[in-house]
Amino acid sequence: MLSVKHNEPVEFTEEMLGKFAEIVARYPEGRQKSALLPIMHEVQAVYGWLSVPAMDSVAAYLKLEPIEVYEVATFYTMFFLRPQGKYVLEVCRTGPCCLVGAERIMTHIEQRLGVKEGAVTTDGLFSWRGVECMAACGYGPVLQIGPEYTFHENLTEERVDELIKELKNKAEGRELTAES
Amino acid sequence: MARKLLLTHIDVPGIQSFEVYRQKGGYRAVEKALKTLTPDEVVEEVKASGLRGRGGAGFPTGMKWSFLAKPEGVPRYLVCNADESEPGTFKDRYLMTYIPHALIEGMIVSSYALGAHTSYIYVRGEMMPQIRILERAIAEARNAGFLGKNILGTGYDLELYVQPGGGAYICGEETALLESLEGKRGNPRIKPPFPAVSGLYNCPTVVNNVESIAATVPIINDGAEEYAKIGVGRSTGTKLISAGGNLNKPGVYEIELGLPVEEFIYSDEYCGGISNGKRLKAVVAGGSSVPILPANLIVKTLNGEPRLMTYESLADGGFQSGTMLGSGGFIAFDEDQCIVRNTWNFTRFYHHESCGQCSPCREGTGWMEKVLHKLELGHGSSSDIDLLVNVAKNIEGNTICPLGDAAAWPVGSAIRHFRDEFEWHVTNGNEAQTRNYGLAHYADPLESVV
Repeated sequence: MLSVKHNEPVEFTEEMLGKFAEIVARYPEGRQKSALLPIMHEVQAVYGWLSVPAMDSVAAYLKLEPIEVYEVATFYTMFFLRPQGKYVLEVCRTGPCCLVGAERIMTHIEQRLGVKEGAVTTDGLFSWRGVECMAACGYGPVLQIGPEYTFHENLTEERVDELIKELKNKAEGRELTAES
Repeated sequence: MARKLLLTHIDVPGIQSFEVYRQKGGYRAVEKALKTLTPDEVVEEVKASGLRGRGGAGFPTGMKWSFLAKPEGVPRYLVCNADESEPGTFKDRYLMTYIPHALIEGMIVSSYALGAHTSYIYVRGEMMPQIRILERAIAEARNAGFLGKNILGTGYDLELYVQPGGGAYICGEETALLESLEGKRGNPRIKPPFPAVSGLYNCPTVVNNVESIAATVPIINDGAEEYAKIGVGRSTGTKLISAGGNLNKPGVYEIELGLPVEEFIYSDEYCGGISNGKRLKAVVAGGSSVPILPANLIVKTLNGEPRLMTYESLADGGFQSGTMLGSGGFIAFDEDQCIVRNTWNFTRFYHHESCGQCSPCREGTGWMEKVLHKLELGHGSSSDIDLLVNVAKNIEGNTICPLGDAAAWPVGSAIRHFRDEFEWHVTNGNEAQTRNYGLAHYADPLESVV
């Protein structure tokens, strides 16, 4: 993942621009605004979050006013407007998952990572938050891990510890275990 | 064994791939529709099947299709609503993950029926793995000549794209979904005009749920008559039920509509009873928005008749003693669950997901969340319970889209059926922090109704 600071200008790579063009081609001519959400997902997958310069560059690419990008980015919960950890742990906190122990899992993650919801660990590796229903209520508690949105079901505290360890290893270049 | 129409081959290894799906009879419906039926005949077939919208509203799919305006020279669109986010519901995720070609095939058949040449599947953004699965399935279908120009030499062209959402429950509402697909905030539109007249890019548009679209495949394959033989009355065919909460065997089940609720909960073919040997306290039968019912009323109607898994039977008794089939998100609560806490949780969800356009919903959901939190923490007063009822009533029916109703119903029904538990939280505030109310209100369960 590329790192980008708040005011740093963002220029998209050829590869990214190629993907953007593919996305824009899905819509009728003059309706390129439809590409906004998919393109913001692409940008976030590269930088980990959406800085204002990144959103401005998206606006310029799609020939939109910057505000048209900001107002959309602030509406949808998946878009991060602040830097996140390299891995973002998102636990479902809605009713059905709470019936089977989601709150316990959230408390455990908070203790294990040592940061409050929304904050980033000092090594920059992790952030976590509770999210609303992820449509997997029969397999709760559930957790998804960005930026790839790998999905983990029927969580226990032990499984959370394993996952965190696997991610740490992965970050250090030791790909020991496969993610599900 | 109940008949399965959507999940018939779910256990076949490799059914995710085009090749295996095709070997198992996949894409026959596309061949049949495109080669032997006119678009209008497909619409008539779906109408005659009695299929009703599987996303929650239960509106007849064929009728929705027949409303589609067809002005000359204006493109028409089919958009699949795969923004599955109603708490308790996870059937579309299941279908897209394990048998994605069922949706792709249904999209081709349905697009043909509606005369659409570009169709979109709007998938909630969190389902990135499912988006990748669908994109692969689309590529496979295209390579095999089922998508693109001149499909199977019939002259029919169709392009199919997957669109990711951004994490907003409201985009499951069809006009919010269209706004989102146009690259805007997911604010529902004022209706009319309905999408059938002015939808995506102001063109006539049909928005259907994943399961509704997949259901067109067996309808075309076997005929509307066969499909309509399954079920009871106006609830025809099969339905995917997402079973979650305190059940022995949570998961997605395809049931024939008309299955008794009791059998669904307790038989080993389905949920296998309540987990850990506990007793059932309550059920939310159709996703978090529908009224919660105490155990006695979910198993039997107020008149003592067995409650069936149908649109009509679940709604028997109106909101006084009934509920709705909704999206089929079936959440079971065991005797240890706290109704106040769950209602607070659901209300927080709706507050979080309100788009903010209409004040009754934007403000009301927030008030309800705060009052419920206060009650849950044991700091409430008995007037708070009436206040909740009042706020819920003032949200209901006073908003552009049904999210307001969806937020009000769980609160109204929880207080209607479990008022004693809310009152106990007021009178025994400290005790409520250390233990749950349990099943005490069942002393005479039927008396607590009305």
